[in-house]
Amino acid sequence: MTGLNWRERRHRWDTRYAPYAYIAPYFLLFSVFGLFPLLYTAWVSMQDRNLLDGDAATFIGLDNYVQLLTADPYFWNAMGNTLSLWLLTTVPQILFALGIAQLLNRRLRGRTFFRMGVLLPNITSVAAVTIIFAQLFGRDFGLVNWGLELFGAGRVDWQAGTGSSHTAIAAMVVWRWTGYHALIFLASMQAIPSTVYEAARLDGANAWQQFWRITVPMLRPQIIFSTVIATAGNMRLLAEPLLFNPGAAAATGGSDRQFQTAALYLYEQGFAKFDFGYASAIAWLLLIATIAITGLSYLAARRIRTD
Amino acid sequence: MRRAGTLVGVGLLAATLVTACGGDASDGKTRITVGMFGNFGYQQLFEEYEKAHPDIDITDRTASYSDHHKNLAAHLATNNGAADIEAIDSGYINQFKATPDRFVQLPDDLKDRWLDWKWEASLSKDGKQIGYGTDIGGLAICYRRDLLEAAGLPAEREAVSAMWPDWESFMAKGREFQARAPQGTKWFDGGPSLLNAIVGQAPTGYYDKDDKIVVGENADIRKGWDLVAQGVADGLSAGLLYSTPQWNTGFKQSQFATVICPAWQMAKIKDQAPDTAGKWDLAAVPGGGGNWGGSYLTVPKQGKNTDKALALAEWLTAPEQQAKVFASNNLLPSTNKALSEQSVGQYTDPFFNNAPVGAVFTAAARALKPQYQGPKAGDVQTELGNAMQRVEQGKQSAAESWEQFVGDAKKLEG
Repeated sequence: MTGLNWRERRHRWDTRYAPYAYIAPYFLLFSVFGLFPLLYTAWVSMQDRNLLDGDAATFIGLDNYVQLLTADPYFWNAMGNTLSLWLLTTVPQILFALGIAQLLNRRLRGRTFFRMGVLLPNITSVAAVTIIFAQLFGRDFGLVNWGLELFGAGRVDWQAGTGSSHTAIAAMVVWRWTGYHALIFLASMQAIPSTVYEAARLDGANAWQQFWRITVPMLRPQIIFSTVIATAGNMRLLAEPLLFNPGAAAATGGSDRQFQTAALYLYEQGFAKFDFGYASAIAWLLLIATIAITGLSYLAARRIRTD
Repeated sequence: MRRAGTLVGVGLLAATLVTACGGDASDGKTRITVGMFGNFGYQQLFEEYEKAHPDIDITDRTASYSDHHKNLAAHLATNNGAADIEAIDSGYINQFKATPDRFVQLPDDLKDRWLDWKWEASLSKDGKQIGYGTDIGGLAICYRRDLLEAAGLPAEREAVSAMWPDWESFMAKGREFQARAPQGTKWFDGGPSLLNAIVGQAPTGYYDKDDKIVVGENADIRKGWDLVAQGVADGLSAGLLYSTPQWNTGFKQSQFATVICPAWQMAKIKDQAPDTAGKWDLAAVPGGGGNWGGSYLTVPKQGKNTDKALALAEWLTAPEQQAKVFASNNLLPSTNKALSEQSVGQYTDPFFNNAPVGAVFTAAARALKPQYQGPKAGDVQTELGNAMQRVEQGKQSAAESWEQFVGDAKKLEG
């Protein structure tokens, strides 16, 4: 290093270490608002602790986890509901978004209007969306049941059943997020060079084949991204099931907890029953489950063929 | 987990904002915030108080019932962000009085203002008073005169009160009603709220005095359960869950002929179905007495102006103010003096066909034998409501659902 003067040395330092300084604010914020709560929650999860009475907390080690995993059927029920809603929301979201993106990718009049339009559901307040959907799915005077009756099908008590309540909640999530994913897909569709399609056309591939053999494989990174985002979002599904069943018992997610998600169960334990330690343990198990399921959906989305 | 992180973040932000707004207003006035749920009928009183105290500026925040109480819990837990005065409903008071140190201990020199049981219900185990009583529930039945007439039942309030001295006859009349009822109308709104009223009349509720949950052994609750479950099986229930949008719609669509009426319910009916004015009337509740609901004003210790907040809470819950709130919003006073005011006792309400609302409720309040509420009474009530709803939705038989309820209640003792 003797051959370098201070200017060169500073330059080398600059290129090597300056990037860390640039990204430091994020990690600083993350450690204050992400890492600290994460670790603090881990600490609380090993206590028997009332939300309002932190001073009286007692350390109980892994008891909360043992209780949750081995002796709490309602926790597993909530996990099952979360998984069911994951399937019911993620798959249709991605498929609908692909279709919509494909449609928006054509030359049509007022293209920008439609492209912006698909994002509208996403920027509306989740509370408003849920309250309106809850009305639509009402038992006695809901629009959906009215339509069903018009076509000769019977009325459905949407909140009462497991399948029916999951369908209604999934409809809210899908309605809200499909446009968001569609815009992401659309952006990358426009980056696919048109020569690829021209070559395919020369080879005699029809529109359907072009879509499945070219567009979808080329969108693989975006599909993976969307799946991961949708999965992570779904794992903390709270507002939709909470507001789907208003009234004093909202936190139980239905009379038999038929649509109580894991996040809602956490909310019930923490803020209705004030059991802060137990709720923190649920939060940690939920984190682990989120990582596992996100990994799974990443692997699934990666299987899209790229030949 | 990301959620918990976000929650803490948002909490901190909200807390900072609230702190920034609290305390002294820029014009040198002391700002007192009051956190409430629903309509306490305080708007005019605030103006009156500000006029009498030029140095005070009152700001109110109102949230929905469960949001309000859950926010309050979060604010107390983080020791930040609570209003100077926070209202707490009787369904939550037990949970909050378990940690009395979060609240300013209220002096007991005013103790004699209130009905004894109202004062005791907000007293912590070690004898600290955390809340001044606002209103109480009392119980009556609101019924639709026109619908009863349409089904050939008597509609005059004395006759109606006389035809259901107990819950068995209430159900029997319901079966008579249902046979000739207008299309789409049921006898009562929903099983959970009816059962709640019946449980509220029993000498012992979910807990015994040693804070042991006794629902499994309590014959009164079981009897009420069987009675309501039978009524549901007989098709007397509209199957609407109390305080949901569907239930609100039920008032407009005449989906039920009777509804349990604590005093505060009357304002809800007026809000929800103004078109039904004059069609309603008020009769005595079967089995006599009972209570549902009522609130308290507390002063969280974290506030900056606890002395001034205390003075305001004291004023708002004074008999004179309670009488005014009864006249404007039908909230039944919890103080002895207000209950014996002529303006309260002789109050009649045109919306309810000029029913002697004041006389009915003051009598109910005086006759009331309070039931001991254990620490998680609100949660047990939620489970019981869910259990009855399962029967109503046809998900389980009454026996299966009861079994599950007893197990759920036991867990709460844990």
